[in-house]
Amino acid sequence: MNKEVVCIVCPMGCHIKVKKDENLYLGYTVEGNKCKRGKEYGIKELTNPTRIITTTVKIKNSHLRRLPVKTNEPVAKDKIFECMKVINKVSIKAPIKVGDVVLENILDTGVDIVASRSM
Amino acid sequence: MLNYDIVVIGGGPAGLAAAIEAKKNGVKDILVIERDRELGGILQQCIHNGFGLHVFNEELTGPEYAEKFIDELKNQGIEYMLDTMVLDITEDRKISAINTENGLMNIHAKALILSMGCRERTRGAINIPGTRPAGVFSAGTAQRFINMEGYMVGKKVVILGSGDIGLIMARRMTLEGAKVEAVAELMPFSGGLTRNIVQCLDDYNIPLLLSHTIIEIKGKERVEGVVIAKVDENRKPIPGTEKHIECDTLLLSVGLIPENELSLKAGVNIDPRTNGPIVNESMETKVKGIFACGNVVHVHDLVDFVTKESKKAGKSASKYVLGELVEKEEIIKTNADEGIGYIVPQRIRMSNVDEKLELFMRVKDVYKNVKLVIKADGEVIKEFKRKHLAPGEMEIISLNSSLLEGKQVSNISVSVKGA
Repeated sequence: MNKEVVCIVCPMGCHIKVKKDENLYLGYTVEGNKCKRGKEYGIKELTNPTRIITTTVKIKNSHLRRLPVKTNEPVAKDKIFECMKVINKVSIKAPIKVGDVVLENILDTGVDIVASRSM
Repeated sequence: MLNYDIVVIGGGPAGLAAAIEAKKNGVKDILVIERDRELGGILQQCIHNGFGLHVFNEELTGPEYAEKFIDELKNQGIEYMLDTMVLDITEDRKISAINTENGLMNIHAKALILSMGCRERTRGAINIPGTRPAGVFSAGTAQRFINMEGYMVGKKVVILGSGDIGLIMARRMTLEGAKVEAVAELMPFSGGLTRNIVQCLDDYNIPLLLSHTIIEIKGKERVEGVVIAKVDENRKPIPGTEKHIECDTLLLSVGLIPENELSLKAGVNIDPRTNGPIVNESMETKVKGIFACGNVVHVHDLVDFVTKESKKAGKSASKYVLGELVEKEEIIKTNADEGIGYIVPQRIRMSNVDEKLELFMRVKDVYKNVKLVIKADGEVIKEFKRKHLAPGEMEIISLNSSLLEGKQVSNISVSVKGA
């Protein structure tokens, strides 16, 4: 399993090559990174890439029709579209406070969908 | 006539930070005027995260970042008017504003802070040939439709321009079920942040076509497709490279222009490189008592830097009202030399600078492993090593005031030099 990623830890944007190597303690060789943080990022991108999802849900009784929401923790990258399907079914009513949970434990990931603003 | 110590025009991140900082520095009567129905400005439609890493040490979404400042403004008891449009300002800081509740209002301010932000460049600004069908949006307009109003703007999308808003919208449209066919960029490099190229395009396998532009829009009622072509080093389309891409929507992310119609009415002079007011170390314009901050001065890529700059404007405006700003002094001009596009501030009076003199700037090209060389009247006073510089990433350098103490300097220049 090999992968080339562009590191986003800092603005340098190093092109990192990550290769599996079971003889090593970390289990991977990382090339092209100019710092330690790049190495960690490269391995994470290969083994378990995650992202915060930011999107909206329907809201009623408010001056806007959509409430911005986000996952309170990163979710696995390959679950993003599945999560979107679930989030798009949510419809809530104002008032709501920033940080309020809109949907609990999405797809059994342990991650909640929370409001990004009060409305 | 209504009277205030400080009036702030625009209740986005710049205006909010400036007003709060002015209040904290001892000015009581402050009014923020906002034309939208709520405070927060464009942050309210920027629902993605990545805001606040510098100011709060955490990654916030736009609305979360805005809410922190809106809450603070309210806690400080600062007055604000919504749905209110400023029609005119004068050199002696008289403001005409209008809303449906009070009608026309004449307001006088001891100090005025301009924080009107910027506007997107449109199809007209870049003259794309072709028909004029529905389905051509500026990226920010599409963002507002989708994120706030709940309208999906299209299903098959091409984006012109790889500035941050274009990249963010590529991901946003994809998440909501649209197919983004490509992002075309005229320049040989992206104007957006690297993290956005990775997280918005690479993550979703959206092709970024560098050195490409759109040479024709097709469709009668609705966009039916666009013709893209490769461009040469002079940014002219290369014959024979044309390609038709079928789509129903074209988003334009082709630059932002500071919104200075009002500034001009007050006699503020504009820097042709930034398209914003020429300001001094205190973010004060040529007109005494009129300050400016945020995207109205120069377009920022991070809101955190807007906050930083706007705090300076708010603090300076409060000093002006309290009679603490040093007005008369020799002025140092800043000069964008080799490789530097512009520098803000353009004028410096050292007496008003605290320990550090901060210069905001943009480079003209992508550079690796270079030095930023700071010269005072032609003599090198400081060098900063930089591993990576790009036009899409604003650079801030911080000079110790002691470097200039006791020297009769009339010019500070910054240039890029190979290491």
